[in-house]
Amino acid sequence: MIPISYYLFLALTLFTLGMVGVMIRRNIIIMLMCVELMLNSVNLLLVAFSKMHHAKNPGTDAGIDGQMMVLFIMVVAAAEVAVGLSIMILFYRKQYNVDVRNLNRLKH
Amino acid sequence: MSTAEILFFVLAGLTVLSALLTISSKSPVHSILFLIVTFFSISAHYILLNAQFLAVVNIIVYGGAIMVLFLFVVMLMNLNKEDAKFSKPFIILVGSLASVIFFVLTAGIFVKSDITVNNQALLYSGDIGLTERLGEVLYSDYVVPFELASILFMAAMIGAVLLSKKKKEEELES
Repeated sequence: MIPISYYLFLALTLFTLGMVGVMIRRNIIIMLMCVELMLNSVNLLLVAFSKMHHAKNPGTDAGIDGQMMVLFIMVVAAAEVAVGLSIMILFYRKQYNVDVRNLNRLKH
Repeated sequence: MSTAEILFFVLAGLTVLSALLTISSKSPVHSILFLIVTFFSISAHYILLNAQFLAVVNIIVYGGAIMVLFLFVVMLMNLNKEDAKFSKPFIILVGSLASVIFFVLTAGIFVKSDITVNNQALLYSGDIGLTERLGEVLYSDYVVPFELASILFMAAMIGAVLLSKKKKEEELES
């Protein structure tokens, strides 16, 4: 049994690292990867909380909703990565680089 | 310290180290490989929490499908040319400052609240992470989101195929 605050701080650290990664990188593929890192930190925290609820009522199905939520978050993340990367490929065909500063076509 | 705490700290250190190396390495392929290491260590955390189904699904879906997709895209794009990898130093400074403030504020909330101080997460045991329990609940209580997830996947597949098609008809006409 580990205090839940350990998992909270680990998930908070991973989330902050993902946030910093989105802010400081210019390559849009790396920015998508940092978004995936943020999603995974939230997944870890949800599973930890589901085990916390299960620890309070041990015989029942008390925490299973958290793990179901994690499954559906993975589903949505996979679909989002597929569509996002195909949009990036389309963008690369015009510009031949993936710098995020060039994603301002709607401005012109 | 008990075995559980030692295991937790070793895995947590590995996760945070590989996440740091992900966001700060210059080559995109190295970033992808470090992110795969991060996903594997998060799966090890799931196994520690006895969420067996999610650990395996995490490795298969994230490490085996999503990261491989990223690797293929990066290799097709030939991204090791000399463009700017990081933003300007001012933006790095402001971003890091904002993230540190976010971390400190949220950690302050966690330290004071009642839930985090008194509760523990159950390790090594518990039926809810096993595939049988998750399967029963998925097909009984969560069957509507399950079917909607299949529609979502169909939309994503159709979208990905349509977006990547080259338009040969316009080139032939012009």
